[in-house]
Amino acid sequence: MGYMGKFRLWRGDHGTGSLVDYDVEVNDGEVVLDVLHRLQATQANDLAIRWNCKAGKCGSCSAEVNGRPRLMCLTRMNTFEETEVVTVTPLRAFPVIRDLVTDVSFNYEKAREVPAFQPPKGLQPGEYRMQQIDVERSQEFRKCIECFLCTNTCHVVRNHEENKKAFAGPRVLMRVAELDMHPLDTVDRKKLAKEELGLGYCNITKCCTEVCPEHIHITDNALIPLKERVADLKYDPIRWLGSKIRVRSDND
Amino acid sequence: MSDMERYSFDVVVVGAGGAGLRAAIAAREAGKSVAILSKSLFGKAHTVMAEGGIAASMANVNPNDGWKVHFGDTMRGGKFLNHYRMAELHAKEAPDRVWELESWGALFDRTKEGKISQRNFGGHEYPRLAHVGDRTGLEMIRTLQQRIVALQQEDKKLHGDYEARVRVFAECSATDLFTTGEGEDRRVSGVLAYWRPSGNFVQFQAKAVVLATGGIGKSFKVTSNSWEYTGDGHAMAMMAGGACINMEFVQFHPTGMVAPPSVRGLLVTESVRGDGGVLTNSEGRRFMFDYIPEVFKDKYATTEEEADRWYTDPDNNKRPPELLPRDEVARAINTEVKAGRGSPHGGVFLDVSKRLPADVIKAKLPSMWHQFKELADVDITQEPMEVGPTCHYVMGGVEVDPDSQAVVGARGLFAAGEVGGGLHGSNRLGGNSLSDLLVFGKRAGDSAADYVSTASDVSLDEAEVNAAIVTALEPFTRTTGENPYEIQAELQQTMNDLVGIIRTQHEIEQALKVIDDLKLRTKEIAVVGGREYNPGWHLSLDLPKQLLVSEAMARSALTRQESRGGHTREDYPQMSPQWRQVILASRIVGDVIEVQQQSLPLVPAELAEVFDAKELSKYMTEEELQLLGKGQA
Repeated sequence: MGYMGKFRLWRGDHGTGSLVDYDVEVNDGEVVLDVLHRLQATQANDLAIRWNCKAGKCGSCSAEVNGRPRLMCLTRMNTFEETEVVTVTPLRAFPVIRDLVTDVSFNYEKAREVPAFQPPKGLQPGEYRMQQIDVERSQEFRKCIECFLCTNTCHVVRNHEENKKAFAGPRVLMRVAELDMHPLDTVDRKKLAKEELGLGYCNITKCCTEVCPEHIHITDNALIPLKERVADLKYDPIRWLGSKIRVRSDND
Repeated sequence: MSDMERYSFDVVVVGAGGAGLRAAIAAREAGKSVAILSKSLFGKAHTVMAEGGIAASMANVNPNDGWKVHFGDTMRGGKFLNHYRMAELHAKEAPDRVWELESWGALFDRTKEGKISQRNFGGHEYPRLAHVGDRTGLEMIRTLQQRIVALQQEDKKLHGDYEARVRVFAECSATDLFTTGEGEDRRVSGVLAYWRPSGNFVQFQAKAVVLATGGIGKSFKVTSNSWEYTGDGHAMAMMAGGACINMEFVQFHPTGMVAPPSVRGLLVTESVRGDGGVLTNSEGRRFMFDYIPEVFKDKYATTEEEADRWYTDPDNNKRPPELLPRDEVARAINTEVKAGRGSPHGGVFLDVSKRLPADVIKAKLPSMWHQFKELADVDITQEPMEVGPTCHYVMGGVEVDPDSQAVVGARGLFAAGEVGGGLHGSNRLGGNSLSDLLVFGKRAGDSAADYVSTASDVSLDEAEVNAAIVTALEPFTRTTGENPYEIQAELQQTMNDLVGIIRTQHEIEQALKVIDDLKLRTKEIAVVGGREYNPGWHLSLDLPKQLLVSEAMARSALTRQESRGGHTREDYPQMSPQWRQVILASRIVGDVIEVQQQSLPLVPAELAEVFDAKELSKYMTEEELQLLGKGQA
């Protein structure tokens, strides 16, 4: 059943740090987060880990396991050889607070720049009518658990701190797409996406989609359609106008 | 402590789950300045774990539904120990709270007419739960989070600062609640907290504090609750002079995962049963038919044929017994396993694979499919799940005024959500938690704002704050001592084994001895490392509160000599009409918890009309029935 697993963890704060080796017991059916909790309880009481649900629903325990951006609670130990060294390091695109915990406030600041949902004037709560087929597109994006693995992985910011000013990252751009596809939203955020949030920086390499633990098709279903809509805005004002005044039928 | 950050707000909300965010929105909309303290990042609260839905009698799917039916179901589910007024307000206001979420951008699943779809759930007479697949809690927390951001955007336009009137203090844990004045004049003056990342302290001066800290699940080993659930608000309210009521009632959700061991306790949503899943034992028998209690005999199907017909024709058939209230199902599973009819990992089988086509399962239960695939390597469209009871929710909570959520005995203090007590009685129905957060979160925020408008200014006593900081830092002064993780693990094992689903006097007394011992050992904790993001230290600050609420649960469980809802005594297996009139209130007296008996107000005659005399006679004394005009005579 159990064996002694070899772990290599990044320990340190925003200034200095290094990789430290540990031998920890690993039991049948465990995930990386279980083993780190055992390490924390027995050998390193002060090991900083951010986590909440341990069920892949809250998006707190994002880190890089053997260089791959992952949720630690969804990384099963039986995906590694028993002799393999499992290296866990903090997210690379965000400043380290301590050990495996990073400062992800960048994402919340960018999210605040996206104007909120705005329903049609005069539509009273309880009177909203939308068809399932129309809400499904945005619902896919609302599965997002805000683990920020997508933004961490995106090459626009991963190795280019300087781009953060002009680029909000896939999570926030997907939020724009989500609102844009909401059947009852009335705000146009296309200009914002292009000029303030840096949609043009995205060159659809799909790295974000690959690491999404919710398997959201970020690139294909959110970013590319958003790019198309922004392009329409730029090149075809008549079509843009048409899309705003067209009445949706119930089966649309 | 000159390096400490100091703030003054009208209202401080402790907790950033559904109730806390809804309260903050209400207080801000009433024009007050609000601080939201969150142990985790913004939008990560335990509310995200809620799967099934929000109970609200919108009658979108079955036109027979209405607030009175919802009220009746809630009282029935709680075995009539609920505070009737809270159950009434909850049932009346839940639909508006759900529709409001939609106006803030929430996208619920729809009916064919384009309305919010509603699903069946245990104990609810009609399809009542507004939902988004099985990730309703996430939708709710995200919508409230985005509503807060929308209000901040308004403030940015008006005042040039996003945080002019609402500020979220993420990863900032409250340690102490302060009061000023004595006796009748005693009232809340503020909160001390620390930033988890830096370990630096922050003080908040405030006339009103709303507790929205959730529950106590981390007192138990097998739990669906996250690390945050350490009973902070329960403990702080008692320390400020309030009481916790109904602490003996702990909900063990019948279906938690049992394997692999590392995910034991992780929730399997009740929607699996609501959508057709059945429970079977190792002999392949649908055993729930053997466990329909007397009080529910005429509400549930007695044959598999009728139960199966109910899914397509609910008006002419009775519901399957898999959808009995949670306490009944949890006890039944416990009995089956003890009788040797369990699954290989010590649970029972929950099977949806033989009941629904694979694509329907994936559409209706996407996160369950995902969860079992990722964590257990089980494909629920092909094989049954193994499930067993897991500590899920505490019905017990801070005693509040049912209309205002003002904490009884502590002016300026309010409590909403799981930390509040009374609504659910001895057992909560699934779906009634999310609606509870919204209805009473709003009420608490509104009341706090009203209170602030009339209350005179307060000032925090710096000496008290400094003393609290010295206490909080004590574990750093010891070079050797107790390991906080070991103490917590012992507490969890003890509560699980001795104050769990089935209880006896002897075992509870043993648990109390262990708790006493752990209280002493907690005073000897030594933490290693520094102040920056140090989980060992954080745990050492949570533990005293966890021990207090655990003691309240154990002492209340020892006192109540009957079995009802989330409290089952092997030595007192019957439900007693006399005990139904009694609620137990836990207060801090000196260094220990003292439990006092209080009387539960009788449901007024106009609400009692919802029930027939025969049903009430199963719960109430003859004297009470006479008072309600439902007596034998």
